[in-house]
Amino acid sequence: MDSQWRPFDTYHSPFDPCPPKPKSYIVPPNQFIVFQAKGMKQFAPQEALKRGTLWPDLYSPYEAMPQGGARS
Amino acid sequence: MWIYEKKLQYPVRVSKCDPRLAKFLIEQYGGADGELAAALRYLNQRYTIPDKVIGLLTDIGTEEFAHLEMIATMVYKLTKDATPEQLKQAGLAEHYVDHGSALFYHNAAGNPWTATYIQAKGDPIADLYEDIAAEEKARATYEHIINLTDDVDIQDSLKFLREREIVHALRFREAVEMLKEYQTEKKAF
Repeated sequence: MDSQWRPFDTYHSPFDPCPPKPKSYIVPPNQFIVFQAKGMKQFAPQEALKRGTLWPDLYSPYEAMPQGGARS
Repeated sequence: MWIYEKKLQYPVRVSKCDPRLAKFLIEQYGGADGELAAALRYLNQRYTIPDKVIGLLTDIGTEEFAHLEMIATMVYKLTKDATPEQLKQAGLAEHYVDHGSALFYHNAAGNPWTATYIQAKGDPIADLYEDIAAEEKARATYEHIINLTDDVDIQDSLKFLREREIVHALRFREAVEMLKEYQTEKKAF
């Protein structure tokens, strides 16, 4: 799992009707950069246009969940 | 479940006959950033948030109901002895037509409370940022109401409620910091 993802456990009772599903949420890098520093490493222009940011440190990849399943 | 204590969280004294102030206070009763919206928002979001911060949402959501009671007490005290004519002069004629001297969940402009005021996104970070924003907006609203009255007793209660918004906002910020950390430690030392 990508380092931006935070898996977490929830209580699952023996009486719960469905089998437990793994749960997680994403913490994008903007949460750690309160004020952007000067001179941060940059993507090449073409790469930056494709990714939506010039800075690798701010890039947050997001893949769709597998159909019918949860992120593991 | 809840246990009810039959007293207010902080005393409410109203020393000036000013039904018009009730019209302003109702914003914190049934407005977008009011105590009802806050309580319902937190107590609903808590089901899908990681275990670490469920207790925080339960505690703050419960306290918001205690604040709701304080606001209700202020509004009730300000309007219970007002004549229809006095309510009319206070801009509360429309309220009187529909609700008599009862309280109702609407904002200062008379718009009824709606669930569209609140959100549960199911994303812990997004939900907590909404909560922080809600607390800061409620703080600003209390400041506006304090500015609109010279009743020092009601100002005292409102200053207490304003301070609680400040503390709650900090607690939610702390919760964000906790969620930024890895939840299930797999580090080897």
